[in-house]
Amino acid sequence: MVKEEQILANRPDNTAFTQQRLPAWQPILSAGIVIPGFVLIGLTFIGIGVALFVTSKSIQDMEIDYTGVETDSDCYKCTDKDVKNCVCQLDFNIPSLIEGPVFFYYGLSNYFQNYRRYGVSKDDTQLSGDLDNFKTPSDTCSPYDTDGGKPIVPCGSVANSMFNDTFKLYRHVNGTKKEVPFDGKGIAWWTDYNVKYRNPDVKPLKDAFEGTVKPLFWPKPAYDLDPADPNNNGFINQDFLVWMRRAALPDFRKLYRRISQGDYARGLPAGNYTLDIDYNYPVMSFKGKKKVVFSNVSWMGGRNEFLGIAYLVIGSLCIIMSIVMLIVYAKFKFPEED
Amino acid sequence: MGMHFSTLRTLISRYCTGEENWVDSRTIYIGHKEPPSGTEAFIQQRFPDNRIVSSKYTFWNFVPKNMFEQFRRVANFYFLIIFLVQLIIDTPTSPITSGLPLFFVITVTAIKQGYEDWLRHKADNSVNQCPVHVVHHGKVVRKQSQKLRVGDVVFMKENETFPCDLILLSSSREDGTCFVTTASLDGESSHKTYHAIQDTKAYTTEVEVDSIHATIECEQPQPDLYKFVGRINVYMDNEPVARPLGSENLLLRGATLKNTDYIYAVAIYTGMETKMALNYQTKTQKRSAVEKSMNAYLVVYLCILISKALINTVLKYAWQADTNQDEPWYSDRTEPERQRHVVVRAFTDFLAFMVLFNYIIPVSMYVTVEMQKFLGSYFIMWDDEMFDEEMGERAVVNTSDLNEELGQVEYVFTDKTGTLTENNMEFIECCVDGHIYVPDVICNGQVMPGATSMDMIDTSPGPGAREHEELFFRALCLCHTVQVKEEETVDGIKHGIHQGKSTSFYISSSPDEVALVEGMKRLGFTYLRLKDSHMEILNREDEIERFQLLEVLTFDSVRRRMSVIVRSSTGELYLFCKGADSAIFPRVVSGKVEQIKARVEHNAVEGLRTLCVAYRPLSPAQYQEVCHLLNGAKLALHDRDKRLAEAYDVIEKDLILLGATAVEDRWRISASVCSNGTPSRRRSLSLSLCVCFPRLQEKAADTIESLHKAGMKVWVLTGDKMETAVATCYASKLFHRNTQILELTTKRTEEQSLHDVLFDLSRAVLRQLGGMTRDSFSGLSGDCTDYGLIIDGATLSAVMRPAQEDSNSGNYKEIFLEICRNCSAVLCCRMAPLQKAQIVKLIKASKEHPITLAIGDGANDVSMILEAHVGIGIMGKEGRQAARNSDYAIPKFKHLKKMLLVHGHYYYIRISELVQYFFYKNVCFIFPQFLYQFFCGFSQQPLYDTAYLTLYNISFTSLPILLHSLIEQHIHMDILRKDPSLYRDIAKNSLLRWPIFIYWTVLGVYDAIVMFFGVYFLFDNTTFTSNGQLMTANTQMMFGNWTFGTLVFTVLVFTVTFKLALDTHYWTWINHFVIWGSLVFFLVFSLLWGGIIWPFLNYQRMYYVFMQMLSSGPAWLSIILLIAASLLPDVLKKVVCRTLWPTTTERIQMYAGFGYVPTLMDNADKLYKGQLSEFTPMASLHAPSKAGRPRRGSGSQRNAPNPRRSAPFHKKLMFTRWRRTPDYRTFAPLLGFADGSRHSTQGRAYGGTGPGTSV
Repeated sequence: MVKEEQILANRPDNTAFTQQRLPAWQPILSAGIVIPGFVLIGLTFIGIGVALFVTSKSIQDMEIDYTGVETDSDCYKCTDKDVKNCVCQLDFNIPSLIEGPVFFYYGLSNYFQNYRRYGVSKDDTQLSGDLDNFKTPSDTCSPYDTDGGKPIVPCGSVANSMFNDTFKLYRHVNGTKKEVPFDGKGIAWWTDYNVKYRNPDVKPLKDAFEGTVKPLFWPKPAYDLDPADPNNNGFINQDFLVWMRRAALPDFRKLYRRISQGDYARGLPAGNYTLDIDYNYPVMSFKGKKKVVFSNVSWMGGRNEFLGIAYLVIGSLCIIMSIVMLIVYAKFKFPEED
Repeated sequence: MGMHFSTLRTLISRYCTGEENWVDSRTIYIGHKEPPSGTEAFIQQRFPDNRIVSSKYTFWNFVPKNMFEQFRRVANFYFLIIFLVQLIIDTPTSPITSGLPLFFVITVTAIKQGYEDWLRHKADNSVNQCPVHVVHHGKVVRKQSQKLRVGDVVFMKENETFPCDLILLSSSREDGTCFVTTASLDGESSHKTYHAIQDTKAYTTEVEVDSIHATIECEQPQPDLYKFVGRINVYMDNEPVARPLGSENLLLRGATLKNTDYIYAVAIYTGMETKMALNYQTKTQKRSAVEKSMNAYLVVYLCILISKALINTVLKYAWQADTNQDEPWYSDRTEPERQRHVVVRAFTDFLAFMVLFNYIIPVSMYVTVEMQKFLGSYFIMWDDEMFDEEMGERAVVNTSDLNEELGQVEYVFTDKTGTLTENNMEFIECCVDGHIYVPDVICNGQVMPGATSMDMIDTSPGPGAREHEELFFRALCLCHTVQVKEEETVDGIKHGIHQGKSTSFYISSSPDEVALVEGMKRLGFTYLRLKDSHMEILNREDEIERFQLLEVLTFDSVRRRMSVIVRSSTGELYLFCKGADSAIFPRVVSGKVEQIKARVEHNAVEGLRTLCVAYRPLSPAQYQEVCHLLNGAKLALHDRDKRLAEAYDVIEKDLILLGATAVEDRWRISASVCSNGTPSRRRSLSLSLCVCFPRLQEKAADTIESLHKAGMKVWVLTGDKMETAVATCYASKLFHRNTQILELTTKRTEEQSLHDVLFDLSRAVLRQLGGMTRDSFSGLSGDCTDYGLIIDGATLSAVMRPAQEDSNSGNYKEIFLEICRNCSAVLCCRMAPLQKAQIVKLIKASKEHPITLAIGDGANDVSMILEAHVGIGIMGKEGRQAARNSDYAIPKFKHLKKMLLVHGHYYYIRISELVQYFFYKNVCFIFPQFLYQFFCGFSQQPLYDTAYLTLYNISFTSLPILLHSLIEQHIHMDILRKDPSLYRDIAKNSLLRWPIFIYWTVLGVYDAIVMFFGVYFLFDNTTFTSNGQLMTANTQMMFGNWTFGTLVFTVLVFTVTFKLALDTHYWTWINHFVIWGSLVFFLVFSLLWGGIIWPFLNYQRMYYVFMQMLSSGPAWLSIILLIAASLLPDVLKKVVCRTLWPTTTERIQMYAGFGYVPTLMDNADKLYKGQLSEFTPMASLHAPSKAGRPRRGSGSQRNAPNPRRSAPFHKKLMFTRWRRTPDYRTFAPLLGFADGSRHSTQGRAYGGTGPGTSV
């Protein structure tokens, strides 16, 4: 009796799991499933690809370099390091209407915002408005943490190197230059503006910066970035926010302004334009380029032919593969039946 | 001065080095009493107390010791180094990324080990504190077990467990014996008898025991449970009497007293010096072939890692040669950085790159592999089919490190007795001087084979022979070590032997002896008991004869015989000896040797185990001489075994042969085989034999056949006679009718020199080998003869003998191996236990380094079990030593089949997928990060966020592969079992070969490139943005570098998970749960991680990155596109390979997919077993057309060399199609492109050559 109980106790559980007999679905990647599958995927991809490609083609994208490398460029004079407060002009022509809303970008190339050392050189706590870090910035900001014993606010390389060219666009209407209004609101991430970056809770804002110095490169202190709009100062200045989001690659564009107001709600009409540039930002030392871009966007974002082409390529590959598989299959299978 | 030094030295040696280690023997003063003065100097040796410490750690040393042990492992150490580098230098990723997983792994392991140790502490405490009764000044006092000292006299009652190793002084039984069960020590539950020595057994009260004045000298503790030598000096009237002590006097810690009211015993080994404690030591760890491949891959990846870091460092400095690239104005260095020497900077950069890429070798791989092995081994233990009803035993896994090795076995070395055969002995006949005696055939109503032609017992021979007959039966009744077991206590009443014979039965460590004594009982001579060293026999006339048992010359496997010396009631002295024929015949001086030899040979051929019996009358003078010899040897403390063996050798000579016995070992062979198998004749063996199948049971033959089909070479290693073993081999289908037998035995080497024999054999084998390859190409190899080799122990040792001056002899080993390699079955008979291990070692070391498996049940198999790559113990009748020392223990030999063919196969497939996949997913993971360095100025900018770096291997992609590697079944287990040839598919570590590894790595690199550059082109100089509110173009947000990384990472997680999904063939709800679950987890985690400002982080770089990314249409489109593009080539490769060059596995999967479901297995099985007659028309229609042209059509060039492999499937396939036609039709609409003709699809299905994609 006892022994029998012992035997029973020692007997393994007879469940589907312990006996490795769980019910299971056993799919097989056979040609019969894969070939139609490939055809289906291929057709879908080609469809998407065509749609993307067409959409992308419809997006207008105008890029103008204003670095001033060429001597005949108006901005050539500004490339000299010693020239301060240089203003240059860029004349250009828009051949046909760029449909609105039009986005105005500045672009930099060979500019490594993704340097690791550069990227870590900021103080997130300071940027979220913590006054303690105003006095003692994080040492990650080094060598832009203090200047002559006084803390730099905002500290760090990223903030220090903020892009500071400014632009004014004029449209030639009947021989007169008419300024095109820029809309600088909402060009940064909503969450950055409202949550992540915060000014210290001090009114006026200037008092919070008591005892600190502005970044070395900056012409104006942070609390005075936009004299026109008090809500666009300090760490929640839109241009600052745009700059602080580091670009992924060395050639990048950053949104500068939107053109969507007044007469230009429908877009930038064809015609001649002049761009007045406050040329401050040095790029020649590292062989960089500066550009301005006018572009509109579609439901799939900005102009991007890659995605459409990639879809077309992969889609066609699928179709070709399915045909190859079919041939292989037919050649090696059908004679067997005779 | 000199005096001082010597004293000092003594003190130092005693207290520091532990004097006991240097002293060969120890002296124990029973009851701590000094011996009478003058005999010896009283030096109390120091012994440890009886505290058992099985725990490894104490509260204080746990942390350092455990850490030290964990970091001794190379992998952990590597990760520790990486972590330290991250702490010390300025590295791209925070130390958390490698510290956290490492901390996690170390902590989990530490907690597990700590918990186990805590349990051990608890167990130790309960053992150490349990009360023990000690005789102290004539009184029994209680003591804590741990306070027991060497020399204490202990009082034990029935059912108590011995607290330390004790020498029995006296017991409640008059004869000074006690019964003990050692179940907890070695698993043997039978009761063993232990003896008190003559001089102390009378002291049976505490007062009396306290008066014993004696010292014990014995060897220092050693772990062998079955060996003990010692000597007791009993001082009677100040006159010492020395008596030998052996293992029959030694009660081991852990054993339990049974059937004896109480005993007195003296402690000799205590605490950690007890034999049980000495046996705690673990065996050396075996490493599996998969682990070796894994380590090789690791080295490759380490090289990749280092070269990646090197390339990047070099490129960085090349690129930075331009100062503007080195330090553009917007990213100034700090002053200390500038001043650092360039070499230091470069080295730091190199380390930083190493850190950045170190995830390519993840901590979690080790953890996952270990978890897979540990958890996976449960499926072996849980397997209901490996549960034995009779014994109530299930498979036991002693190590989980070798699960996958079970799928790689090439050589199986099996013991015969108890493994292939049941070790269930039955007395068949005996032969005295050529007259044959068969016991009344009533035992189980079975007619003995050939019984009709026997002389029955009543046809008594003449008077001279009569005397021999009487002696023979008495010899068998006396010459044994069988004990008479009284019936267990029933209702408190003990049934002694006097209450009837039926209540007692015989027990012995050797089933043969029991069979013999029981056989004698059936022939009329009943052994009653051993009382007061008199053996009592009830003879045919119901008279009790008493023989005084003087000496027992115990059995050992070297001598292969045992003897007893007895004095009959009339005062005559006899030595009775029984043993193997080879051990007896050389020592025989008279008797009817020829007749008996013939009978022995006849019986051996029938597969019976034979023993010869001889005697030698001793004169009192001779007896005195014998006694002197034996006592001299027995009292020796050194080399006692050797001296005993020499003494035995002298004593066991000049024997007179009486007769022989035959015992049948029941066979473990399936009944179905018996009904099918006609008695087959062996043609080639020089002895022309008729092999009959005896009563069969238990599937040993089926198992061996399966192992053969699975491509394994099965060797039977046995100590038995050649003829017996050969018969077993035929019955167990080790040899077939058409097996060509090669003999390499003493018989042949006597005729020819070993040299010639070896060369003859190898020539024969090699000639055949040539023929075989030709055969296999013509597709007829299915019936080609294979070779079987028989070798005996003597010849083997000649072959193995190290090379002599003679240059030829050195090659013997090679030639022998060459012959063996070409034999599918080898039988080694007359093997000593150590030779078994030698053979295993020889094969292990041969040039292919095959994986070996040894299986056995007895103590004599332990050495080979330990030697082989995989050691399997059978929980047999000869005790548990094999099972204890094995890696896996199974109840029966037949379970080996499922163990290897199913579990081994599964685990190999699973772990190889696990290893390959792990490397693959980490290439996918890290290679984009490597590529990113080219676009970030080699600045070690990580592509992914810290959280992703940390959690990728720990949580996003870990569970699916772990579960996959636990429950994946590429083929149904019934098919695996029914078709052993599938095992060949995975032989030789085939799934972890370099080409496959390279394929996975290349696939990983390809996927990484697709992912990285896909996203790169999306970002590059375009306005890839989120437009905030989907489908409106009003707002727009630019993406930064973290979005770039997150996009790559999202594609990555989906791709590697889908890749696993594509490889999964067995989708249970668990797979669905973990695969989709971990993807969902990734999404939820990402949303959460980016959705909150985490207060404990000093950066918020991931804030809303994931959501913003998902709000962008192109991100979605690119995710879909890139996943598809990454998976495409693998899918294509799978389909094309499946169509053009399907492996056997894929074919089976294919037709399993078409309705060959387990419910049909039973029917299919019957058919598959060869009863295709019902379907012959079908077979004749389709089979020849297939078999005849294996290389046509599908161009299955790869199949051509092994058409044998695919042959069985045609049959199955045909059957399946035929039966399942209606169901099969339902697949027709799925075909899509295929012609709708049912006829053609059906026809195609019959075509078996490439059904892998027969749609």
